[in-house]
Amino acid sequence: MGRNPKTLLRKFHEAKWDEQIILEMSVPGERGILVREAEPEVRREVGSGVSAIPPGLRRRSKPGLPEVNQARVLRHFLHLSQETLGTDVNIDIGEGTCTMKYSPKVHEQISNRNPAIRDVHPLQPTETMQGTLEIVYKLEQLLKEVSGMDRFTFQPSGGAQGVYTSAAMIRAYHESRGDTQRTEAITTMFSHPCDAAAPATAGYKIITIMPDKDGYADIEAFKGALSKRTAGIFITNPEDTGIYNPLIDEFVKAAHEVGALCHTDQANANGILGIARARDAGFDLSQFNLHKTFSVPHQSTGGSVGALGCTAELAEFLPVPQVKLAGEKYYLDYNAPRSIGKVRSFIGNVPSLVKAYAWIMQLGDEGLRQVAICSVLNNNYLMQKLQQIPGVVVRYAPGRRRLEQVRYSWEKLYEDTGVGTEDVRRRMADFGVQSYSTSHLPWIVPQPFTIEPTESFSKDDLDEYVAILTQISKEAYENPEFVKGAPYNSVVHRNSSASMDDPVNIAVTWRQFVKKGLDKRVRRSATKRS
Amino acid sequence: MSGKKIVFPYIPNSVPDVKRQMLKAVKAKHEMDLYEEIPERLRVKRRLRLPKPILDESSLRRHVEGILQRNGSGYLSFLGAGCAEHFVPAVCDEINGRGEFLTAYGAASYADHGKWQAYFEYCSLMGELLDMDILSLPLYDGGQAAATSLRMASRMTGRKEVVVPRALNPEVGLVIKNYLKPDITINEAEYDRKTGTLDLKKLRSKISSKTAAVLIENPTYLGLLEADAAEIGRMARSAGAEFIVYTDPISLGVLSPPAKYGATFACGDFQPLGLHLNTGGGQGGFIATHDDMRYISQFKEELYGITPTIEPGEYGFDDVLYNRTAYGSREKGNEYTGTANGLWAITVAVYLSLMGPKGMQDTGRTIMQMSQYAAKRLSTVKGVRLRFQGPFFKEFVLDFNRSGKSVAAINRALLKERIIGGKDLSKELPELGQSSLYCVTEMRTQADIDRLAGAMEEVL
Repeated sequence: MGRNPKTLLRKFHEAKWDEQIILEMSVPGERGILVREAEPEVRREVGSGVSAIPPGLRRRSKPGLPEVNQARVLRHFLHLSQETLGTDVNIDIGEGTCTMKYSPKVHEQISNRNPAIRDVHPLQPTETMQGTLEIVYKLEQLLKEVSGMDRFTFQPSGGAQGVYTSAAMIRAYHESRGDTQRTEAITTMFSHPCDAAAPATAGYKIITIMPDKDGYADIEAFKGALSKRTAGIFITNPEDTGIYNPLIDEFVKAAHEVGALCHTDQANANGILGIARARDAGFDLSQFNLHKTFSVPHQSTGGSVGALGCTAELAEFLPVPQVKLAGEKYYLDYNAPRSIGKVRSFIGNVPSLVKAYAWIMQLGDEGLRQVAICSVLNNNYLMQKLQQIPGVVVRYAPGRRRLEQVRYSWEKLYEDTGVGTEDVRRRMADFGVQSYSTSHLPWIVPQPFTIEPTESFSKDDLDEYVAILTQISKEAYENPEFVKGAPYNSVVHRNSSASMDDPVNIAVTWRQFVKKGLDKRVRRSATKRS
Repeated sequence: MSGKKIVFPYIPNSVPDVKRQMLKAVKAKHEMDLYEEIPERLRVKRRLRLPKPILDESSLRRHVEGILQRNGSGYLSFLGAGCAEHFVPAVCDEINGRGEFLTAYGAASYADHGKWQAYFEYCSLMGELLDMDILSLPLYDGGQAAATSLRMASRMTGRKEVVVPRALNPEVGLVIKNYLKPDITINEAEYDRKTGTLDLKKLRSKISSKTAAVLIENPTYLGLLEADAAEIGRMARSAGAEFIVYTDPISLGVLSPPAKYGATFACGDFQPLGLHLNTGGGQGGFIATHDDMRYISQFKEELYGITPTIEPGEYGFDDVLYNRTAYGSREKGNEYTGTANGLWAITVAVYLSLMGPKGMQDTGRTIMQMSQYAAKRLSTVKGVRLRFQGPFFKEFVLDFNRSGKSVAAINRALLKERIIGGKDLSKELPELGQSSLYCVTEMRTQADIDRLAGAMEEVL
């Protein structure tokens, strides 16, 4: 039986293996893999090798790793993968601000699984890396055109690290001018938490601008916060609300007038590819998250790149090395005396660069525009449908179009039924779609949820998603306790109420769990679900 | 683009009929009506100047693989310095290639229970290897792990100075330098020119009541074992400073875990544990500490705890002390946090599960045998000597000063034989003259080493 054609819902149950922790699976003497031994002549020549270790540095007791045969290790981790809803296996449009999109399979084959990437050491002579450097260089040219920026670095291995790198470059810029009074950075409440935390890590005091009644960062408050102390601004557009800030160039202009630099966090630039560019709004720095907008798989939060672009004026502060071209030869340039140095070892997450390059090359100008248009179309289509669900409210700027995402609220549902966004979120897992993002903290919008459908999902996918939320709303009005008890068809049941902030309950490794005797408590104290 | 509309396989609603239907549903006449919130002045006035798209996957493949072919292949490499070729069991690639893990992200624990359990197992297995109880989700790389360890120590002690080796791996050192810049002073400790390990007397003079932490590498950047590590730890601790050991985790089947000789932090890069070289894309940082709230509350990355569910006997997982992080408290959190290395952490869990205690011991032993054999064999080449005589793990410094040739020239000549020589140290540590850092892992055979020695004899 397939989906019910009337309700569009499917009967789903996620794989549930009731899997033990790998450390519980040890059978003394079992081996998962054998290791190559040194040749007899080598052994004759040097003996055991380990006898050279000074006594104080010799490991006395074996590491307490489990002893498990290979098939069982494989089976265990396959079970865990089956207990995970990656984007490959679900309509993953709920993780708003994360830009979950389809990551083409061919990209894995030409990058991580290609010996020309997989088996290359990052310090190899550049003549043995010409192909790789060519791709990195060409990706930079492509992103320059997409953003309007003059130069890029791919060293930051995450969007937040891209923002951090930007803050470090801003610091270096002001220092290079002997301008030591700039101790503050400004961000907005609906920008990602890293837009506050990364500049703070670079040493800045943070001023956060709250949204006005339309959900935009309040421009008067912003202008009031600017001063000779402002080193830089870190702002997203659209912000988490999905509402494009039409005054964005005024923000930039006002910041420039006091001598500050402007960074825009374009982690998810999905809605504006080929439509609007950071540089055209006056920004000096901007980062793209290649694992979001540019299709690099999210890798269980890994393999990420915060590709940071900047103006020609700021290029001297970029991290080293930079990939450059002289004649027909690509090389790594370390000769940058005013560079901020390094934020990450070597060149960065090179396999991800190959994937992003491939994706842009497949789409070209028209394809990138279609990515933007279809993601915005999907989002507005979904907004129109979701608004009709009892209990759903769209906050701010009524009747106005959103770009790539929308911050919704279940405030009404919560008032009517007592079912809140966390309850709905758990219930979603029962329908075979990933739990949605609520909101970064603090919640400005009450009972929030943030949906970002991207271009990867079809109208049919969107309709199924709407049907799921419609069903949960209906359940909440008819039987709120049922929704609160969710999930039922997911891998596990609702967590107990044990506070994870109480030191008594904290166990982040198996050994800590066992030492504290909490393993026994799991079995003893839980009350059976009725 | 004129003529026929392209339907992009990755963009389902690029089908013209579907798109029309949806535009109608949102009351837009034209695609650009969707963008009415973006003022004209901020829109791109022209089409992007991008290369003509390569629409089919077979041509794309030919295009990318064609470029990458220019790398050449079939080199025999002796490079290490923070990234090294170790054995990657097939099961590691099988698991990290699984679509569920490959395409999952930061979602809550219910639908992604398996991912959370795999993270928990990564922390648990690393905890066993390091003999420590607390690990967070991974960091970007070893350099970030070292830099954050130092900042954690500074926050804990309220002190603003740290001591690190001068001959620190520059890939780590440069990250630390940038990251500590706002308010922490770095004091560098010299190494003994004869032994290559830290000069204890000079080190002692750098430690004071202002020192937040002493960080050492063990094995060191130059490959050596820091035999006085316990003494250094005592020096740090008696000054009230934290003792941070940056270690190579693949050495810990045979080398003592840093906690055993007094480390209060162990950190490093886990690339050796089941990750390919990936042109530097296989890096991942870890930090481990003891079970003590003073340390736990200072981690910057997410901590995932195991917890009961309402079903008896069932394990669930949840965030621990979330408000500690920037996700929970924005600029008031510990440093900043973000997407780093989840899939590689899962791969490390697979690797350590396969290896078990015996596999880690065997790996450590084979590495030490092969590297010692290599050092011995290569020192017999005329003009080459082993720069430092003390015990080492997988790397060692070869001194070519007596050969009259530069490392650059030697490496160029070796490359003609399709051999990639060690890392040239002549610029970063000029006091060593023409010296080179060689790395020999369990992946190098006796024949490989003999081939290198033969080629070196030819070159010199």
